[in-house]
Amino acid sequence: MTNAQIEIQLVASLVAIACAIPGTFLVLRKMALISDAISHSILPGIVIGFFLTHDLNSPWLIIFAALFGVITVVLVEFIQKTGLVKEDTAIGLVFPALFSIGVIMIAKNANDVHLDVDAVLLGELAFTPFDRLIMNEVDLGPKSLWVVGSILMMTLILLITFFKELKLSTFDVGLSSALGFSPVVIHYGLMTVASVTTVGAFDSVGAILVVALMIAPAATAYLLTDNLKKMIVLAILFGVFSAISGYWMAHFLDASIAGSMTTVLGILFLLVYLLAPNRGLFSVLYRQKQQRIEVSMLTFLLHLSNHNEEEERHVNHLREHINWQKVQAQSVLDLALKNNMISIDNEVVSLTRKGKEFTAEAIDYILDDKKAAIETMKSRFFLFRG
Amino acid sequence: MSITDYIELIFTDYTLRTITLGTAVLGAICGMLGSFAVLRKQSLLGDAISHAALPGIAIAFLVTGTKNGNVLLVGALISGLVGAFWIRGITRNTHLKSDTALGIILSVFFGFGMLLLTFIQKQPNANQAGLDKYLFGQAATLMEKDVMMMSIVMGICLIVLFVFWKEFKLLLFDADYTKTLGFNIQFLDILITSFIVLAIVLGLQTVGVVLMSAMLLAPAAAARQWTNSLGMMVFLAAIFGAFSGVFGTWISASSNHLSTGPVIVLVASVFVLFSFVFSPSRGLLFREIRFIQNRNDLELHKTLTFMYHIAMDHENRSHPHAIKILNNFHGFSRKSLRKLENKDWVKVEGQMWSLTEKGYYEAENLYNQLNQNQDD
Repeated sequence: MTNAQIEIQLVASLVAIACAIPGTFLVLRKMALISDAISHSILPGIVIGFFLTHDLNSPWLIIFAALFGVITVVLVEFIQKTGLVKEDTAIGLVFPALFSIGVIMIAKNANDVHLDVDAVLLGELAFTPFDRLIMNEVDLGPKSLWVVGSILMMTLILLITFFKELKLSTFDVGLSSALGFSPVVIHYGLMTVASVTTVGAFDSVGAILVVALMIAPAATAYLLTDNLKKMIVLAILFGVFSAISGYWMAHFLDASIAGSMTTVLGILFLLVYLLAPNRGLFSVLYRQKQQRIEVSMLTFLLHLSNHNEEEERHVNHLREHINWQKVQAQSVLDLALKNNMISIDNEVVSLTRKGKEFTAEAIDYILDDKKAAIETMKSRFFLFRG
Repeated sequence: MSITDYIELIFTDYTLRTITLGTAVLGAICGMLGSFAVLRKQSLLGDAISHAALPGIAIAFLVTGTKNGNVLLVGALISGLVGAFWIRGITRNTHLKSDTALGIILSVFFGFGMLLLTFIQKQPNANQAGLDKYLFGQAATLMEKDVMMMSIVMGICLIVLFVFWKEFKLLLFDADYTKTLGFNIQFLDILITSFIVLAIVLGLQTVGVVLMSAMLLAPAAAARQWTNSLGMMVFLAAIFGAFSGVFGTWISASSNHLSTGPVIVLVASVFVLFSFVFSPSRGLLFREIRFIQNRNDLELHKTLTFMYHIAMDHENRSHPHAIKILNNFHGFSRKSLRKLENKDWVKVEGQMWSLTEKGYYEAENLYNQLNQNQDD
């Protein structure tokens, strides 16, 4: 690995960490799309900063851009408060308008400045090692490393200092304001961090990757855990993993680093979305199927307990009577048999003692409308699940 | 360029006519379908799908090797649909909320698209130039056949809207009820989502990925302020959308270095701003005026009720009292006194006021009403 390669991966990983932290809170606060809005609407800020300083690396760009990020949030909130449209519509109205203003400002002055929308929006990590911070003729490493590094430091300090307040105001706004923390201050604080991070990061990785790095790792982590600390740590891990493997993927494909990092994030999300132990698509579908069969079995057992006459309890008759598909009827029968709830004698089904106990108890629960208790009851009676 | 010059040019200049027609038709389609997106609280779906269309364009190019607009649009359509339905899947099967789902699909698909685009650029034989016009849009590349295509889509859209009007309306305002009535809401949902995706894909090459969501939202949000009826809203949104297209094209044609897409979006935003402020029933201006009016009425009534109490304690209802007495009461002002006088409820002579017969009955009425309301 050359020095430049190490530096690129380092910058990418730091950006990933810096984005994952505010991203986690944005996802939890259902404000994920604010990051998308900010990443677009800071464009006029950057353009103004550039016109004033004529230097793409000036810190003023970051300041103006972050200012426009906060303006976006304020505008969205203002429109939302008027009650004329819903929140998401407010977001959708604000950022394209600001973005358009930015694009027009660039186009109007395109003749005498070197700034184009592609450069601002798409960013290129591969160039970071060339833009170095040199002080007193000492090479201190790539400039973006310092920019992203200081943003990350700031985020970390704020996170550790205000962790409790953030946590509380994220999960219980009412309680946090009752305890005297101003949710408004926390809200705008978080928004400022998000917009500074967006600005600082997108210089090196581009606007869209910032959004991806904020939302995707946090959302992937959220599918795996409910614990806030674990969620942040997981989000950071996913971010760093995608940064490094994305870099190598881009290296071998000879394609955009930001693009491949995002693609890795997408693949990670897809895998977790499908395979996560409790919340993945497969386990959700499996659980739904299990519950369907168990409910069917309960219905079936109740039917049996209602009928003493033999003809009502004949296997074939049951199929017609309850109108189940043959396959489902079979799996319900198998499940009930495995659990010792029924015995089949000469094609006539009858409840065993255990089955009778179970149904009696189930009827009690159903009459009392304590539906939640059914789950614990199932675990007491069932040897096998559906 | 003045508007008359512009109108003249539309008849003589082929390119300008095509672009104007194209943006107008596009604006109308987006307005119509956007109304549904806004009312279904899917405002940002447009943003997500326009980004999600990018990898489809790139893959279509990689597979077929042509830059034929229609082939690329089919690619965009397919990946837009995949994105839209994955968003539905995420919100349905996990506890992630719709904003997170939209954000993931938006950024991940777009990033994947960028990866493919840069990959294509490195291909030796590729005539890939022009693919990136989908990112920012170029209305100037609109051709007559594109406009034809948009018009056909708009026609189909209108027919579908007419046929399923009742169902859509019901679905918008009470999905559960629609289901219990036996309509297939899955089908309706897929139908309307597919049309939204189609409109977005059509708009991509005109206004580009980023601004497409505004095309979908702004006309609908503006129209919403003027009416409570769905039919009227869809109609108005189509009009607003079409006008944004025409005005946007006009403004950008009259000046150098103004790309059409952003100007159209800004014109649409101006429509929204205007509607927010000036719409008679919901607008902020009239709302504020109504608010002030109500407050003044209330003040006036409070003063009158106060006077009534004083007058009630006297034999003669029109017995004059000093204005000073009213000072104890905060609602009093010279203006309100004058207003009461104008209504002939109060007579003012020098520093004394007295309730007129008319004023007494008015106050009595009001007071009784107040009491009744309290009793209820």
